[in-house]
Amino acid sequence: MNKFLPGTDPLMAPYAIELAGINKSFGAVHANRDIDLAVEQGTIHGIIGENGAGKSTLMSILYGFYQADSGEIRVGGQPVTINTPNDAIALGIGMVHQHFMLVENFTVLENVMLGAEGAQLLSGGIARARAELERLEREYALEVDPSAIIEELPVGLQQRVEILKALYRGAEILILDEPTGVLTPPEADHLFRILRQLKEQGKTIVLITHKLREIMAVTDNVSVMRQGEMVATRKTAETSVEELAELMVGRRVLLRVEKGEASPGAVKLAVENLTVRDSRGVTMVDDVSFEVRAGEIVGIAGVAGNGQSQLIEAIAGIRRAENGRVTLDGEPVSVTGEADPAMLRTRGMAHVPEDRHHMGLVLQFEENENAILGYHAKDSYVNGPMLDLASIRRDAAEKIEKYDIRPPNCRLKTANFSGGNQQKIVLAREMEQDPAVLIVGQPTRGVDVGAIEFIHKRIIEMRDAGKAVLLVSVELDEIRSLSDRILVMFAGRIAGERGPEATEGELGLLMAGVADETEAPRTKERSTEPETEAAE
Amino acid sequence: MGALETFILILDSTVRLSIPLMFAALAGLYSERAGIFDIGLEGKMLAAAFAGAAAAAVYGSAWIGLFFAVMVSIGLALVHGFASITHRGNQIVSGVAINFIAAGTTVILGQAWFRQGGRTPPLSADGSRFTAIELPFAEAISGVPVVGLVYSELISGHSILVYLAFLAVPFTWWVLFRTRFGLRLRAVGENPGAVDTAGISVTWLRYRAVICTGILCGFAGAYLSVAQNAGFVKDMTAGKGFIALAALIFAKWKPVNVMFACLLFGFLDAVAIRFAGIEIPGLFEVPPQFMQALPYILTVVLLAGFIGRAIPPKAGGQPYVKER
Repeated sequence: MNKFLPGTDPLMAPYAIELAGINKSFGAVHANRDIDLAVEQGTIHGIIGENGAGKSTLMSILYGFYQADSGEIRVGGQPVTINTPNDAIALGIGMVHQHFMLVENFTVLENVMLGAEGAQLLSGGIARARAELERLEREYALEVDPSAIIEELPVGLQQRVEILKALYRGAEILILDEPTGVLTPPEADHLFRILRQLKEQGKTIVLITHKLREIMAVTDNVSVMRQGEMVATRKTAETSVEELAELMVGRRVLLRVEKGEASPGAVKLAVENLTVRDSRGVTMVDDVSFEVRAGEIVGIAGVAGNGQSQLIEAIAGIRRAENGRVTLDGEPVSVTGEADPAMLRTRGMAHVPEDRHHMGLVLQFEENENAILGYHAKDSYVNGPMLDLASIRRDAAEKIEKYDIRPPNCRLKTANFSGGNQQKIVLAREMEQDPAVLIVGQPTRGVDVGAIEFIHKRIIEMRDAGKAVLLVSVELDEIRSLSDRILVMFAGRIAGERGPEATEGELGLLMAGVADETEAPRTKERSTEPETEAAE
Repeated sequence: MGALETFILILDSTVRLSIPLMFAALAGLYSERAGIFDIGLEGKMLAAAFAGAAAAAVYGSAWIGLFFAVMVSIGLALVHGFASITHRGNQIVSGVAINFIAAGTTVILGQAWFRQGGRTPPLSADGSRFTAIELPFAEAISGVPVVGLVYSELISGHSILVYLAFLAVPFTWWVLFRTRFGLRLRAVGENPGAVDTAGISVTWLRYRAVICTGILCGFAGAYLSVAQNAGFVKDMTAGKGFIALAALIFAKWKPVNVMFACLLFGFLDAVAIRFAGIEIPGLFEVPPQFMQALPYILTVVLLAGFIGRAIPPKAGGQPYVKER
C-alpha cells in the first residue's frame, strides 16, 4: 500500500495511528461520521476542513478528551482504548491545543512539569525537569527560559512551551490543532522548521488547519474533512490548492476575490495623532494617523494584540481615546470626549465588531432582534414607544434573503446559527443602513470558506458603492486580497504602508516590527529614536 | 495599668479573636485557589461549632468534639462540591444555601437535643474544653520587664488550637508551593483545561480542595465553641466567615498574607472591645456601637481602595466544562 512513497517500507514502518469507523455525536450533531484515517510513521499528516467539519473533535477523541461512540483506534498497529488524556500520553501521543493549555502565571518549568512531577514533593522533580528540559531544548533547538512566566512570553514562545510539554512526556506522535492562528508569518515559518526537524528525528506529526497554504508548505499527506466525514486523502505532492479547496467545500470556490480598480473619492474618515490606552493604562495605540477615502478599502494588518482592537474601538466610540482627532465625513468627532457608538451610527459610521459574540450579537435573542440592535430607535422600527414587530420581522426576512442567511428563520435564537451565518447577520445589519464609513473587524474569523467568499464580495460591493471601508484582520491573505492600501500595525504604531501588491514576506517583516526604512514619510521624524522592539 | 500592659493585653485578645478568622480564611484559600468560590465558610463554621460543642458535651472530650466538628464541616463541604463540581451549579447559590441550612439546623437540633433554647450545655474545663496551655517558665519569667510580659501573656497561655492555627499558615504555604498537590491545586484554579489535558482529573482535584476547606472550617468552628467559648450559642459565628473571606481577598490568596490580614481584623476587634464606650475628654463619649462597627467599616474601606487590584484565581467561580 505504501509503494507510492519512496523510502517507506511497509514492514519497517507500520502506521503510527489508524482510526477505523469512528463515530461521535453531540446531541443531534453528528460531529464525526465513520471516520477512517491512517497516519504513516515519521510523516507530517495534514487534516484540513472548514470550521465545524469535525477535525478538532476527531483529534480530541485521539487524545482521550472525548470518547468515540463507536470505532477503533490503533497506535503502532496495536488496538488501544484511550479513555483519558493520561492513556494518550502513555501511548506517546501529545497534543498542542488551539487555545493553549498553559497556566499563565506559572513558569515555563512548572507548566512543563504539571502532571508529570514525579514525586509528591516538588524539590527533586524540579531539578530533574530542569535537566530534561535543557536536554530537549538543545536537541530540538527549542530555546525557552525555564523560569520565565508564561504570560510574559510572546505567543510564539508559549506555543513552543506546549511542544516542549508534549516532548517532555515522551510524545512520539504530536498533534497540533490550528497552530498558526496566533503566529506572524515568520513565526509560522519557524514553527514549520521545527516540525520538519521533529519529523527528521522520527516523530509523527498531525497538523490540523484550515489554511491551504500551510498544508502545501509542510505536509507529506493530507486528509480532507467535510461536515463530519473524511472525504479524501491525498499525497500533498500530488494535489493542488484548488483541488483541496473544492474537496473542503464540496463545490468550486474562488480563493481570491475578483475586484476592479479602486476609484477613491473624498476623504470620509480621517484619524490624526490618535493615542489610546487600555484599562491598565498601557498605551496600545500610539500617535496613529491615516485616512480612508470614499470608494477604497484600507486594510490594517498586524499580529493580534498590537493595538488594532483598541484603534477601531476608539474610532467607533466604544473606547475613549487619550488624545487625537477623528474627522467623519468632514465633521470632527470628539473621540476623547462624548463620542458614543449610537451617535456615530446616526452620523453614518457602521461598525462590525471583531468579536461578534462579545460585542456584535446577543446570542440569546431572536435573529430579528439582533438584526436591528443599535438601530432599534429608528422610525421604521418603532411605533410610538413600542417596537413595530411586524416591520422588524419583514425587514429581517429581507436581509435573510439578501445575505443568504441559513436557516431562513428570523424567529430562531441567534445562538442556533452557525458562525458564518451569525457574522452575516451582523454584516447585514451594518451594511444595509447605507453608512458612509464601514469599519469591519475580523470579518471572517470562525467563518467557513463558503461564507468567506460571500462576505468578501459584499465588502467589495460596499467599496464599489462609494463607501469608505476600514478593514482590520489578522488574516494576511484577507488583507491582501481585499485592501486597496495596507497599513501594518506593530506595537501600537503604523509600521508602514504598502499597496495590495506587497508580498507576504514584506508584510510579515513589518508585522514582526522590523523597521521600515524604504518608505515611511510619516514616521520620518521618529527614525532617530532607537527602535528597541525591532531588535528583538 | 501601664500603657505597655494594656497594649499587650490588646495583642493577646487580638490573637484569640483572629484564630477563627485564620482557620476559616485558610480554609477558603484551598477552595478558591482550586477555582471553587466558597461563600459558605460561615455556614460550615457554624455547623462545626455546633457539632463540636454538642459532641464535646455528650462525650466529655474536646478531641471528640473537634473530630465531629471536622466531620460535619467536611460533609457540608462535600455538598458544596457535589453541587458546584459534579453538577456545575452556581457556587454562590450553593454557598448561600449552606449558610441558611447551618443557621437553621443548628438551632433546631440544639433545641431538640438539649432543650436549652438552641444552646448546647456549658462545657466544664475538665477535658471537654480546650484549655490554655502554660508554656514552660511562663510563671518564672513573668517578672522580667517586657520580654517576660510578652512571653507569659502573649505567647503562653493559649489553647492548642491557637498554636495549630499559626502552624497551619506555613504548612499551607508549604503544601501550596512545595508539593505536587499544591502545584496542581494552583493550576486547576487558573486553567482547569491545562490540568485536564495533562491527564489529571479536575473533578477529583477540586474535591480534595473542598475537603481541605472542610477540615479547616471544622477547626474554626471547634475553636469558637470548644476553646474560646464553653458551648454553642445561636449564630455564634456572627459573620466571621464573611470577614474571613474579606481577609482572604485582602491577602490576595497568599497564606502568609492571610495570617497578617486576620491578625489585623482581630486587632480591630480587640480594640473595639477594649475601648467600647471610651470618653474623649471634654468632648463626648464614643458610642460603643461605633467601636463595634469599626472593624466592618475598615473592612469596606480596605477592600474598596487600599489593597490595589486583587486578582482572583482566573478560573474561580467557573464550573469546568470541556470545550467542544
